[in-house]
Amino acid sequence: MGLAPTPVIPARDLPARAGLTAARARRPEGPNYVAAVLFLLPATVLLAVFLLYPALYTVLLSFNRGRNGVFTEWVGLDNYVRLFSDPDFLNLTFPPSGALWNNVLWIVFYTSIVIFLGLIIAVVAARVRYESIIKAIVFIPMAIAATALAVIWKFVYSPDANIGLLNAILGAVGVSPISWLGDERIVNFALIAVGIWGSVGFATVILSAAVKSIPAEIIESARVEGAKERQIFFRIILPMVSLPMSVLAVTLIVNVIKLFDLIYVMTAGGPGKASRVIAFTMYQQAMQAGQFGYGSAVAVVMLVVLIPIMVFNVRRFRTKSVT
Amino acid sequence: MSVLAESLAGSRPRTPAGRAVAALNHAVIHIVLGLIGLIWLVPTIGLLVTSFRPRSDIQATGWWDIFELHFTLDNYRQVLEAQGMLQAFMNTVFIAVPSTLLPLGIGALAAYAFSWIRFPFRDTLFLIVTAFLLVPVQVAFIPLLTMSRDLLPDLQLTRGFGAIWLAHTAFGLPLAIFLLRNFFITLPKDLIEAARMDGASNFSIFRRIVIPLSVPALASFAIFQFLWVWNDLLVALVFLGPGTDVRVMPTALFNLLGAYGGAWHLLTAGAFLTMIVPLGVFLALQRAFVRGILAGSVKS
Repeated sequence: MGLAPTPVIPARDLPARAGLTAARARRPEGPNYVAAVLFLLPATVLLAVFLLYPALYTVLLSFNRGRNGVFTEWVGLDNYVRLFSDPDFLNLTFPPSGALWNNVLWIVFYTSIVIFLGLIIAVVAARVRYESIIKAIVFIPMAIAATALAVIWKFVYSPDANIGLLNAILGAVGVSPISWLGDERIVNFALIAVGIWGSVGFATVILSAAVKSIPAEIIESARVEGAKERQIFFRIILPMVSLPMSVLAVTLIVNVIKLFDLIYVMTAGGPGKASRVIAFTMYQQAMQAGQFGYGSAVAVVMLVVLIPIMVFNVRRFRTKSVT
Repeated sequence: MSVLAESLAGSRPRTPAGRAVAALNHAVIHIVLGLIGLIWLVPTIGLLVTSFRPRSDIQATGWWDIFELHFTLDNYRQVLEAQGMLQAFMNTVFIAVPSTLLPLGIGALAAYAFSWIRFPFRDTLFLIVTAFLLVPVQVAFIPLLTMSRDLLPDLQLTRGFGAIWLAHTAFGLPLAIFLLRNFFITLPKDLIEAARMDGASNFSIFRRIVIPLSVPALASFAIFQFLWVWNDLLVALVFLGPGTDVRVMPTALFNLLGAYGGAWHLLTAGAFLTMIVPLGVFLALQRAFVRGILAGSVKS
């Protein structure tokens, strides 16, 4: 469900000869400004016009009333004060609710369950002959548009037991139909389940490759020493896939913060405002309600939440390119 | 089967009790995997089956009721013609192809500069590009809409294909530059140095050596970007609008859902039409897709 295009893929572990520093030290000729400008010009222009300038504009606009999307009246932190005192955005009375809180729910449940199921499938499927088939089946939702994913699951969740598979199954065991997407206590978990269904394949592919890169001798020698399967899993496999697992977790969290299509199509943030998330609030405020300053503040919150991850990534790439 | 799998399965229990436990374990594994397979297949199969059932049947019985099967293509005919899915299909192709090729070409040029041309602050600039990977597209919407409305009202930038090509290109560039640069710097340095000694220009090294050697990486990015653009709803909503004139597959499906929320005969057919191209691309090019996902996330 759109995971792939915005991944936080770490830089490849490069052999030293291909590293930046080594390449520079051996390069005989000086800097080639003309070539650099020519090769970088199209990308630079596009990034500046479509990302850099708009991002700066949005940050400034978040301190402005921003009527019609232009600078009209400076209001300081007013938009942010309104945003964080809006119970639809964040309401910390018990039980907590609001768009930002829903993102927290998504991060906690979606991220952990996707990684858990991905690891289980990666490890267990490796023991059967139809491994590649299982992996392909679980991976298929990755190729499907979130809009289509939403239709598939609205169908499964349909409150009509003649149409919705889930309520048909409940009906068969004598339980009356549940309105999965119409009950504000259930809706977020019903949506998170769809998100999990869409992303487990991604986790499986990454973790399966990680598990397979563990040298067989390590596991063999542990077994010779008398280690149980469970010990092998917790003491060897789990620690050795912890790095790809953390990269995966970061990717999934970024995905949650940008999450929009699935919510917009399945529930439009409803019932009421129960299933809104921040990316939905941004779209709704800016594009539908015409609250451009306020919507900008929401976009800036999204950006700020992602900055620690950016710093984390840049640090990692930098240490890699120097060593 | 991997070495690990063999070693995991290879420990033969010696006692009869041990063998019984192992057999039971194996049965549990098959049941768990079978359940997982079902959960991941059944929703999509339900969609597919329903899309071929007449409307009256869908309302009368569930799709799993296999005795009520009257195959029809009417739903598809109706969605393609009356609901404008055919036009949406053409629009999506017309948007997705340039929106894939443009960032591929422009990104490859920039990635080459970051790999094989010397200039000051090269590493710093590349780190900035990697930071751009995470910038949410939402921060760009308001200014882009305002800018196009105020500066270029006559160009129809917000409601035309040109705007969405350039927007998708810019939003896809950080990933393109990142993936391709990480591939380009692994190419053999001697080869490029030798070409340079022979007097080859940067552009001919790029075109004759780097590009032909980088087909796997180029393919990986192209698949990502194509699927991303084809499946995108948000950028299409913002730049093309939800109106009826210029629809892509996801917006057409979304409108169908809004207009006929309970018309499952149309919705299932529409959803399957939206899925079919990405599924074909994915099944045909699965290896390149997986390679792109794995690019670097696991030590290779």
